[in-house]
Amino acid sequence: MMPENKGLYKIQRIQFLFLLIIFTLFSIQNAQANVQESGSDSTSVSKNEHSEEHATTHEEGFNPGTMILDHVKDAHDWHIMDINGHAISVPLPVIIYDNGLNIFSSSKFEHGHATVESNGNFYKLHNGKVYKTEANGELQMNEKGEVSNVKPLDFSITKNVFALLFGSILILIIFLSVANAYKKRGSSAPKGLQSFLEPLILFMRDEVIKPSVGKHYAKFLPLLLTIFFFIFINNLMGLIPIFPFGANLTGNIAVTMVLAVIVFFVVNFSGNKHYWKHIFMPDVPVGLWILLIPIEILGVVLKPFVLMLRLFANITAGHIIILGFFSLIFIFGAKNIYAGYGSAAFSVAFTLFMSVLELLVAFLQAYVFTLLASLYIGSATEEHHHAEEHH
Amino acid sequence: MDLVLPGVGLTFWMVLVFFTLLFLLRKFAWKPILTALNERENSIEEALKSAEQAREQMAKLQSDNEALYKQAREERDLILKEAREMKDGIISEAKKSAEEEGKRMIQKASDEINKQKANAIAELKGQVASLSVSIAEKLINNQLSNSEEQQNIIAKQVNNLNNNQQAIA
Repeated sequence: MMPENKGLYKIQRIQFLFLLIIFTLFSIQNAQANVQESGSDSTSVSKNEHSEEHATTHEEGFNPGTMILDHVKDAHDWHIMDINGHAISVPLPVIIYDNGLNIFSSSKFEHGHATVESNGNFYKLHNGKVYKTEANGELQMNEKGEVSNVKPLDFSITKNVFALLFGSILILIIFLSVANAYKKRGSSAPKGLQSFLEPLILFMRDEVIKPSVGKHYAKFLPLLLTIFFFIFINNLMGLIPIFPFGANLTGNIAVTMVLAVIVFFVVNFSGNKHYWKHIFMPDVPVGLWILLIPIEILGVVLKPFVLMLRLFANITAGHIIILGFFSLIFIFGAKNIYAGYGSAAFSVAFTLFMSVLELLVAFLQAYVFTLLASLYIGSATEEHHHAEEHH
Repeated sequence: MDLVLPGVGLTFWMVLVFFTLLFLLRKFAWKPILTALNERENSIEEALKSAEQAREQMAKLQSDNEALYKQAREERDLILKEAREMKDGIISEAKKSAEEEGKRMIQKASDEINKQKANAIAELKGQVASLSVSIAEKLINNQLSNSEEQQNIIAKQVNNLNNNQQAIA
């Protein structure tokens, strides 16, 4: 029962952290919504009014909440910087499935100012999302200030998809070259990149996966190593601030969700009869089953759910903090140019500190994700000899 | 709120890319890497094992040598001991035989001395007898004039001589 207790304790901590982040994000987004509402009185925003609002926000100056969220969230183009209010960004392909595939460049949206026509359908970009509109490009707003237009199925190569492909190709190049080195050098001592990665592979295999999973570890080794290096390398790439790095890929809930769902399926498909017996017929008096079985079932779902949240929250929080420090420069700079210079020194020092910390977090989160996935798999495939004796 | 809502597009791409990556890495990276690592570990283990064996053999050889050395030393000691015993034996035997020889020689010498003494006595007796005879002759010659008395003296003398001879014998 010990690992479960520890797990529950962790779950509580993570839930607390998660709630904290949610509250923070809500307050940021409410602030945004307020800005929008003050910018527009009517519920329907036309193209002109929308661009006016954009203009006013530009005149208002720097909005750190918007900037941070824009960088942390997925986007259809890769924004690099603004020069005199003009955005410099790398356009990415938009792929929309809407009675057939519609493919066009995201530059056609003109950062949300233009309505795009493709195969007789009209699309408009609003707050990083593609909406289907009429020919005039009007967006319908409901009472809460949310757009009620239809959202088509969007398979675009977004910023994160691009980072995902780029990162995966990098991982492939790294590990195929290392594999080649092993093939070529046989059992002689490692060299170069091989000797850099070998301790990591051995550490993960001998110190994390082997003791956690138990004797059937070899079967799960490729998956767990892939998960570890996928998270680790993408975490590191997220820390490099310049295109094509710096996307918040492992801090995106979709990415962590897919990883967690894979772990969920692997754990439950490899679970042996002891695992299922432990859930549906626990070793407690029958009267307690009514209490324990729902808890166990909840645990089955919560374990991967927490994996998803932990990675998402840690990486996103790291990005938000670093961007927050940089925002301080511009917040102070808008008030007084010298205050801006002064806070720049402070911000750079703190960002440097945070970046070094994030290097640790990048490894730590990959390690923790793999370790917990291994433990879950281990507890599902473990053979309870003492339980056998009772029957 | 869409920060915590997974996007459909990214989820789709993530599933596609991750499984492709997993497939490719599993087949072309993890398999050769893990096989090579295992092989190397096995070869290291074997090398260690054979080194251990060699060391054991060496220790065995050394202990064999030690035993041989010990045996040789024991043999040497035994030989030395035997030699010493033999020497002691020879010496004591020689001593004994010399003693015996000495005793025998002493015996022989004393026997010889006794024999010589007997001879000398016998000779002396003869000489004494002849001397006595000559004395007697002289006396007889001198005292024949006084015959009776002389005859008494001779008888006395001869009697004395007989007594003496008996004492010597």
